[in-house]
Amino acid sequence: MNYEPVIGLEVHVQLKTATKAFCGCANVFGTRENTNICPVCLGLPGSLPVLNEKALKAAMKVALALGCQVRSFTKFDRKNYYYPDLPKNFQISQYDMPFSEHGSLDICLEGGIRHIRIKRVHLEEDAGKLIHPEEGAESLVDYNRAGTPLLEIVSEPDMHSPDEAYAYLTDLKLILQYLDISDCDMEKGSLRCDANVSLRPAGTTGLGVKSELKNMNSFRAVRLALEYEIKRQEAELSDGRSVVQETRLWNEKKQMTLPMRSKEEAHDYRYFPEPDLPPFVISASEIEEAKQGLPELPKEKRSRFIASFGFSDKDAATLSATRALADFFEACLKLYDKPKKIAHWLIGPVSFQMNSRGQDIGGLRLTPASLIELIDLVEAGKISQLAAKEVLQEMLESGKPAGKIVEEKNLSQVSDAGSLSSVIEEVIAANKKSVDDFRAGKENAVMFLVGQVMRLSKGKANPKTAREMLIERLKS
Amino acid sequence: MSISRDDVTYIAHLARLGLSEEEISHFQGQLESILEYVDKLKTLDVSRVEPMTHVLDLKNVYRKDSVVPSLDPQSVLKIAPAAQGQFYKVPKVIE
Amino acid sequence: MNLHTLTALELRSRLDCGSVKPQDILTDLRSRYEAVEKKVMAFARPPSFEYRDTAVAGGALKGIPVVIKDNICSQGDRTECCSRILEGFVAPYDATVVDKLKKSGASIMGKANMDEFAFGSSCETSCFHPTKNPWDLDCVPGGSSGGSCACVAADEAIAALGSDTGGSIRQPASLCGVVGMKPTYGRVSRYGLVAFASSLDQIGPITKDVRDNALVLGVIAGHDDHDATSVDTSVPDYLSQMQKDIRGMRVAIPKEYFVEGMDPEVRHAMMEAKAKLESLGARFGEVSLPHTGYAVAVYYIIATAEASSNLARFDGVQYGARQMAASKDESALIGMYKETRDKGFGAEAKRRLILGTYVLSSGYYDAYYLRASRVRRLIKEDFDKVFREYDVVLTPTSPTPAFKIGEKMDDPLSMYLSDIYTISVNLAGVPAISVPCGLTRSGLPIGMQVIGRPFGETDLYRVAFHYEQSTSWHKQKPKL
Repeated sequence: MNYEPVIGLEVHVQLKTATKAFCGCANVFGTRENTNICPVCLGLPGSLPVLNEKALKAAMKVALALGCQVRSFTKFDRKNYYYPDLPKNFQISQYDMPFSEHGSLDICLEGGIRHIRIKRVHLEEDAGKLIHPEEGAESLVDYNRAGTPLLEIVSEPDMHSPDEAYAYLTDLKLILQYLDISDCDMEKGSLRCDANVSLRPAGTTGLGVKSELKNMNSFRAVRLALEYEIKRQEAELSDGRSVVQETRLWNEKKQMTLPMRSKEEAHDYRYFPEPDLPPFVISASEIEEAKQGLPELPKEKRSRFIASFGFSDKDAATLSATRALADFFEACLKLYDKPKKIAHWLIGPVSFQMNSRGQDIGGLRLTPASLIELIDLVEAGKISQLAAKEVLQEMLESGKPAGKIVEEKNLSQVSDAGSLSSVIEEVIAANKKSVDDFRAGKENAVMFLVGQVMRLSKGKANPKTAREMLIERLKS
Repeated sequence: MSISRDDVTYIAHLARLGLSEEEISHFQGQLESILEYVDKLKTLDVSRVEPMTHVLDLKNVYRKDSVVPSLDPQSVLKIAPAAQGQFYKVPKVIE
Repeated sequence: MNLHTLTALELRSRLDCGSVKPQDILTDLRSRYEAVEKKVMAFARPPSFEYRDTAVAGGALKGIPVVIKDNICSQGDRTECCSRILEGFVAPYDATVVDKLKKSGASIMGKANMDEFAFGSSCETSCFHPTKNPWDLDCVPGGSSGGSCACVAADEAIAALGSDTGGSIRQPASLCGVVGMKPTYGRVSRYGLVAFASSLDQIGPITKDVRDNALVLGVIAGHDDHDATSVDTSVPDYLSQMQKDIRGMRVAIPKEYFVEGMDPEVRHAMMEAKAKLESLGARFGEVSLPHTGYAVAVYYIIATAEASSNLARFDGVQYGARQMAASKDESALIGMYKETRDKGFGAEAKRRLILGTYVLSSGYYDAYYLRASRVRRLIKEDFDKVFREYDVVLTPTSPTPAFKIGEKMDDPLSMYLSDIYTISVNLAGVPAISVPCGLTRSGLPIGMQVIGRPFGETDLYRVAFHYEQSTSWHKQKPKL
């Protein structure tokens, strides 16, 4: 039998506010353990939570960017369960009245656009961090992360392949980055993803028994875990066994999902309204204001790039792949009104530098003004394309401006006939075959000769001048 | 409302209370009679009454997103039942 | 000098003219403590009699020693809620009320005994020792703020703070013959009060007379950024506003509170109090609070549900005495949780945690917690309706005077029913004060409760003050 996978994703995103969700402790990553703590986030007896206004504002941005309906009345609830990383043994979360629901995300795939519904987005507090040293019978607890504002974004089970899940995550992350509300760094745990997956006979609409996958530390791992789990469930069903509803952990080393070792019990979270936090009423005008305040989102930006500048889909997508790169592009455009030239540079040499250095645009020693200076030099014929790449490399190394590097390295293009003619004579003497070919009518042979001139002049020759001089010399 | 021993055992587990057999029997009876008493609420028709969690008409109480100094970790770690360096220590958590 | 018998205001005038120094009061209280504490056992731990000046210019309580209940955090001191599970817990911060007391110049003398986590009406569930009623050492002082009330009644303290979730200030105040106020929910910050039931808890003053009570409430009341449920309205000058006479004040008597089975001596005292107030110009009328009979049931669902969640944090991870399980049936972690909580909580706490967990658990939430939250609204609406026509409601504080130690210990329902007159007030969030209004033939105090509309503390003080001025009950002292 053919099976169709049914996948739903639950994404947790840490909001990058200055302080935690319910107390004034700094919301920072990487400080020494148990230093960003106070009576509230430690859940000490007598402490009380008060909501960080920025956290709800940031959460609202996400909800609106995902097309969710924001509730006019929302509240927090307590989710009760015992775990050592949860200081109060309950989590302040949202249960039956999440602040937003019913959104969607359209993802682009080879086969076209797919509409993924988003069930709900709610705000809650994060737990602390548990460390399990290899040796010893103990675990260690660090509460620095406890109380960090966390968004839970739950999709409907609308995805049907690991690729779709991957695309959903990529697009979602891009939106979150555009909104500038989270670092979205899976390695640091500021973005986390759990997946629900089940199989059903292809062509049917019911839902099979699902397993919940956890412990994936990258989007790649989510895809691999789903691929593995789909195969595993297929094998179970094909062999006439049934899938057990359970939580399984992705094991990166073994590249497989394994059931949790701890005994799983029926969840009985005993949710009830958080009595320490009065409800929140969000007016239509506040929602409207938040909508107006949203930045241009990736999809809109791509369309605008295509429509306004005549970019290809692929180029538009590359330029808007991060908000930083898109912003860089638009800043360049303000200085220099040739979008295609700028795009060519950003997608070509600059992207090459980003990839080889493993950095994003913000990590390079490059400003829109310094890039435009370089492009200007090329366009004015002062340096060759080849030399320009060398200049760019040097700019990123030393941080010096392009003009200065050209001067220091003597990279100005040579266009005067006097300096070039000796090089041309040398090339003609050394490449008899190409000279003969050209004279025999193979006009293309001149390109090879121009190349040789460029090589001998160490890129300084103006290729246009060199070509003209070569043709004139050979025809004479 | 009849409460079984299993009910009490299940609830005690949820509440992380390690009760003795004796306590379970004891609480079983007492819980039963308390629930019998509170069952009087079932005589009221409250289907059209909104539940009330907050007596006050407060809403939208926020805090500014500005950092307040944190505690000195030693002020709390010094009373921890078990600590290692600046970590709290608990029996191994199996996932 | 018998400084310990004086009120805060009497002491303050002596302090102001320089005839008494703050340390004199503490020294005098030390000798009183040494003389009577063995009998009363009002304190959780021995207090400190050293004076520390913490006043910020012109503090209203400068030099006045105040005792606080053992569930209110004070920095650097043990705050154990009279429970073994909090053994050794030292708060690294001050509760907002403690901060305010310190800034007003009060010296925090020590912590009063209480029912474990405020679960009780008799002070018998303290893990340390039961407190005795200063008027009859065989009787309970009431609870849960039994220690706070007993130490004021026994002149071991000038004033004290208690907390009230279902009557825990008013009932022991009544049983000990002192004045106890449960302010409007949101009037006093709960930050630093170890939560029992967050939607019901309030801190309030326990004093020898009404004026002192108004003085202390004026210090501790007010909005607090650390408590999202504290209300941002100005604090009236209770002391001056309560001077206004009560002529024409409309006082309601709820018929549901005066039913068969009420202790005849309590009934008699109430009738006398009513007559006294009428002679002072108050106008009485009978009203109905029709959902009164459901209050205890609603309370025991909501209060225990919230408590089961609030007390989940006591698990042996960060503080308190951790216990490991001997059995290996479960993981070491779960074993630790269960053993720590089994050894750490007393029987009443366990009973309430079981009930509270049950009413929230899967399949029962709607039938219990949700239904109780709906009935709670009806109870509040009963009061809203009455307060449209009346300024205050007059009731007994407790259906009986102090009962014998041990009498109700293993009869939870009958213990719960002793809060029958005080519980509705917490469910509705309104303020109420208990004022001494008589003594039984056997010499036990009787208290009357005056209930007001939200933020109507001034009305309560007016009634209580003018009543007190025309009676002498508050001047009676137990013979110790």
